[in-house]
Amino acid sequence: MQAKVHIKDRVRQMGPGLAVIIMGLALSLLSREFLTVSNLLNLLRQVSINAIIACGMTLVILTGGIDLSVGSVLALSSAVLAGLAAGGTPWPLALLAALALGAALGLFNGVIITRGKIAPFVATLGTMAIARGFTLVYTGGRPVTGLPSALRWLGTGYVGPIPAPIIIMVAVFAVVYLVLAHTPVGRFIYAVGSNEEAARFAGIPVARVTALTYVITGLASALAGAILTGRLNSAQPTAGSGFELDAIAAVVLGGTSLAGGQGSVLGTAIGALIIGILDNGLNLLGVSSFYQQVAQGAVILLAVLMDRRK
Amino acid sequence: MKRLARFLVALLTIGALAACSSGGAGSGTTPAPASGSGSQASSGSEPAPAAETKTIGLAVSTLNNPFFVDLRDGAQAAADAAGVKLIVMDAQDDPAKQISQVEDLITQKVDALLINPTDSDAIVTAVEAANKASIPVITVDRGANGGKVAAHVASDNVLGGKMAGELIVELIGGKGKVAELEGIPGASAARDRGEGFHQAVDGVAGIEVVARQPADFDRAKGLTVMENILQANPDIVAVFAHNDEMALGALEAIEAAGKSEQIKVVGFDATDDAVKAVQEGRMAATVAQKPKDIGRLGVETAIKVLNGEKVDEYIPVELELVK
Repeated sequence: MQAKVHIKDRVRQMGPGLAVIIMGLALSLLSREFLTVSNLLNLLRQVSINAIIACGMTLVILTGGIDLSVGSVLALSSAVLAGLAAGGTPWPLALLAALALGAALGLFNGVIITRGKIAPFVATLGTMAIARGFTLVYTGGRPVTGLPSALRWLGTGYVGPIPAPIIIMVAVFAVVYLVLAHTPVGRFIYAVGSNEEAARFAGIPVARVTALTYVITGLASALAGAILTGRLNSAQPTAGSGFELDAIAAVVLGGTSLAGGQGSVLGTAIGALIIGILDNGLNLLGVSSFYQQVAQGAVILLAVLMDRRK
Repeated sequence: MKRLARFLVALLTIGALAACSSGGAGSGTTPAPASGSGSQASSGSEPAPAAETKTIGLAVSTLNNPFFVDLRDGAQAAADAAGVKLIVMDAQDDPAKQISQVEDLITQKVDALLINPTDSDAIVTAVEAANKASIPVITVDRGANGGKVAAHVASDNVLGGKMAGELIVELIGGKGKVAELEGIPGASAARDRGEGFHQAVDGVAGIEVVARQPADFDRAKGLTVMENILQANPDIVAVFAHNDEMALGALEAIEAAGKSEQIKVVGFDATDDAVKAVQEGRMAATVAQKPKDIGRLGVETAIKVLNGEKVDEYIPVELELVK
């Protein structure tokens, strides 16, 4: 009995990874171009933005929360980054300002959720609209252009043969993984998500831990925004619309429970990879974009359905 | 196990879609075993034999707009006529998605790329990636603000905007308040149509452009933006919209406000809906772009480039006033 449960758990843990391998094998057979070094780097670069946001989102969802504001936070910090840099501010300062803004918006989310006792869904929905509104105000509804080439490097540069966004993504995952697995803060996050009351009785600073996850998510969104700015050679006022859904989908596909307390960022990395492979693979196979939307929606729905039946 | 099952279902979805796609495309998106030419192993590395079909990738900004559907149809017809395979991608107006799609087309080793950018600045990264892969790029309808482009095929939008402006001057007898609904900020079509329009109206002493607001080429936004403009400026006598979708949205707002007698609406693109509105007398006029011709000329230009022929950098497509 014990052993049986153990095997089941193993399969459950390995499921997403196996899916990536099987999808990869199938696509390698169907498309000559899929399994090439250049396409795999291409794929990882395309995945990086969603993966970085989803990495932060994992922490929020582990506490039993949700963050719908990530796309708008990305857009606002991207606009501020581009605006400052194009206006002559040295790019490292502009980048720091953009990251600080992302963290501040995350803190705003965290405070209204923990102190204001507003449900995360509603609180971050409000922030989503506010940040999008400020983005339009700041940009006047127009793309911000004229970036220094150093900023473009974040989205289009290389270190050796590896695109810069991939390196940033791996670094983010490494840091968050270490924090979750090997620090008290990581254990606190799981504890808050498993049972908030119990965590409170155990002396865990629940409000601070919860708020911290939103700060990290805001920071991650701003960082993803910086990469997107480099990739788009501009800040787009409508950037990031719908990114929250992709990020949540990656987290859920990676096996993190929407109820909180269960999951890992490695799962999220694989979840983001599955979404990316789906996009890239369907493009390579020449599937009509209309069907692609159907396929993506179906996969997300299935994942959530399975999560609820667990 | 359930989790595993979930991914197997996802996989089946892919499989099914792949089956659909290669079935529909005939000669195949997969490396064409059906062609039977035996070129399978060698193709890609050696100069292509004459029998091998060329592939052109078409990255469209959005297919949620009849104009770009027409453009795609024109391109598809030209590709079919020339025996060229066309792969169409729809970015749904998301610049990030469009870059990924172009990257994927490059990975597929298409012979040429037709790009209809969602944003002229954002597309630069994708154009540069194509340059790096030595795939010729032709922009259609909207241009790119960087990278190397072999040719740009588009309507002469400045002239079209001017035609619309001159018609408005004539319709309102050279005096009155006028509003302008602008397209997606930064898109060259929006800039050029606006420029032509202002060339025509700015010099006329009696005409004042009291409102200029972007409605992003979108009908729903055209409606709400026009509602707002009417609140602030109820005495407007004419509206120029950078495309018909916005013009039709504005028309709804104007008719709801009971001002259809007072306000002349001029659009741009001559989509089916707009031409019908003009025939019914609800809209004053629309400038007919010829999206099918743009698509057709895009593909024809791409084929010329592939055959090593010289092409002009800018290939203007003519316009006409429908009133």
